[in-house]
Amino acid sequence: MAPTHEIASHDTDGHPEGRTVLDARDIDRALTRISHEILERNKGSHDLVLLGIPSRGVGLAQRIAARIAQVEGAEIPVGSLDITMYRDDLRLRPARALSPTEIPGGGIDDKVVVLVDDVLYSGRTIRSALDAMNDIGRPRAVRLAVLVDRGHRDLPIRADFVGKNLPTSMAEKVAVRLAEYDGEDSVTIR
Amino acid sequence: MKNHLLSAADLTRDDAELILATAGEMRALADRPIKKLPALRGRTVVNLFFEDSTRTRMSFEAAAKRLSADVINFSAKGSSLSKGESLKDTALTLEAMGADAVIVRHWASGAPHNLANAGWARSTVINAGDGTHEHPTQALLDAFTMTRHLGALDGRRIAIVGDVLHSRVARSNAILLQTLGAEVTLVSPPTLFPYGVETWGVQTSYDLDAVLPKSDVVMMLRVQRERMNDSYFPSAREYSRRYGLDARRMATLQDHTIVMHPGPMIRGMEITADVADSDRSVIVEQVTNGVAVRMAVLYLLLGGSEPALGAADHAQSATGAEPTTEENDA
Repeated sequence: MAPTHEIASHDTDGHPEGRTVLDARDIDRALTRISHEILERNKGSHDLVLLGIPSRGVGLAQRIAARIAQVEGAEIPVGSLDITMYRDDLRLRPARALSPTEIPGGGIDDKVVVLVDDVLYSGRTIRSALDAMNDIGRPRAVRLAVLVDRGHRDLPIRADFVGKNLPTSMAEKVAVRLAEYDGEDSVTIR
Repeated sequence: MKNHLLSAADLTRDDAELILATAGEMRALADRPIKKLPALRGRTVVNLFFEDSTRTRMSFEAAAKRLSADVINFSAKGSSLSKGESLKDTALTLEAMGADAVIVRHWASGAPHNLANAGWARSTVINAGDGTHEHPTQALLDAFTMTRHLGALDGRRIAIVGDVLHSRVARSNAILLQTLGAEVTLVSPPTLFPYGVETWGVQTSYDLDAVLPKSDVVMMLRVQRERMNDSYFPSAREYSRRYGLDARRMATLQDHTIVMHPGPMIRGMEITADVADSDRSVIVEQVTNGVAVRMAVLYLLLGGSEPALGAADHAQSATGAEPTTEENDA
């Protein structure tokens, strides 16, 4: 279960609390730029596989894939990677429901996998994702794309493609809302 | 808080649906090169089998191993259990060995309940079949197999046919399938209906031919000769003529109707070979699904700091909407 979901759920009762840092058009532009950066870095769309981390990472991965398809005219495989059972705090909290893991038909062996998530914070989700991928195949390379990097890493992990660097204090909460899940696109901080 | 799975009646509809959804994710694992997940690393699961079983024990063992648990198999034959050790002493031994979960099959109805509630051990207890009482994980895998073929079970008509009296599978299925909104009809000779069946909330019939054309699922039960200390029907031939599923009866089913059997089946008795091997038969698939469903049960009971089953905790654990301070730890 993507932790951001928990945050968003606090806000679904009324209007999202706090200051909007990205609105729908900002998110749109950020994803377009990330799509171009992925293509530039990879020198095209060959061997690319996008894996979103549920739940909102999957929606972001699909949007990026759609933009890449517009630019390159080539469909690239999109999937999802659930990291629940690989979390380092699995034992510390009640057993959680799983989200779907869907690996595209071609697999990930020798592919360039771009992991997509909404917010990069401690880095622990990404470590779990790397472990989960280890049981599925051996990509040629793994890249990381996130909509928001809010800092405060616990682990030596960084993103290759960032929508927005957002300096935060650890007391603040960042909420990503996407139309597919929440009815609107926004990133708020409070 | 429910620590154990002793009866299909322990499960609310939310619980059952959570298990089936989780099993769906576990099922996908069978198609991957590495069929292993780390969720139960370092946990010890004991298979405690006082009664012969092949598929259930193997299924639980495969499920626990795929979740990276350590598995200890204990069977009555060739252990102190055959020397007359009591269930209590066995439980104390398991506790001393640090078992996190005990999967118990016992010839006595209620033995898992004793093991769970007598205060002998703190382990999670999962009932893998007790006497003629219950077999909840079999009912879960049957429901899972049905939903994969038919979608949601609301309003679906399910016929359970045969030796209902001795069948823990029938009892668990009758409870669980009704929890999931299905209509259950038990079909059996009058001598093989259990006492008190009118309180189960199911329909009953003696006439298989009348029930078959209306059914979405036909589940055949094995005639449990080893539990019969009386003559319940005149002859095997007469039983199979009246209550056996053969090609002629199969032809009266609707196109989408599936045929199930919990195994082990006696070909020629309750089901003929051509039916068991037909396209409608999902008997082999039931075995595959058994591993996925048992993985889901083990994960939900043992995977976290506390079980995910039990109505009071659903708001937090099952939906992921946990009121914690953790956020955005991507």
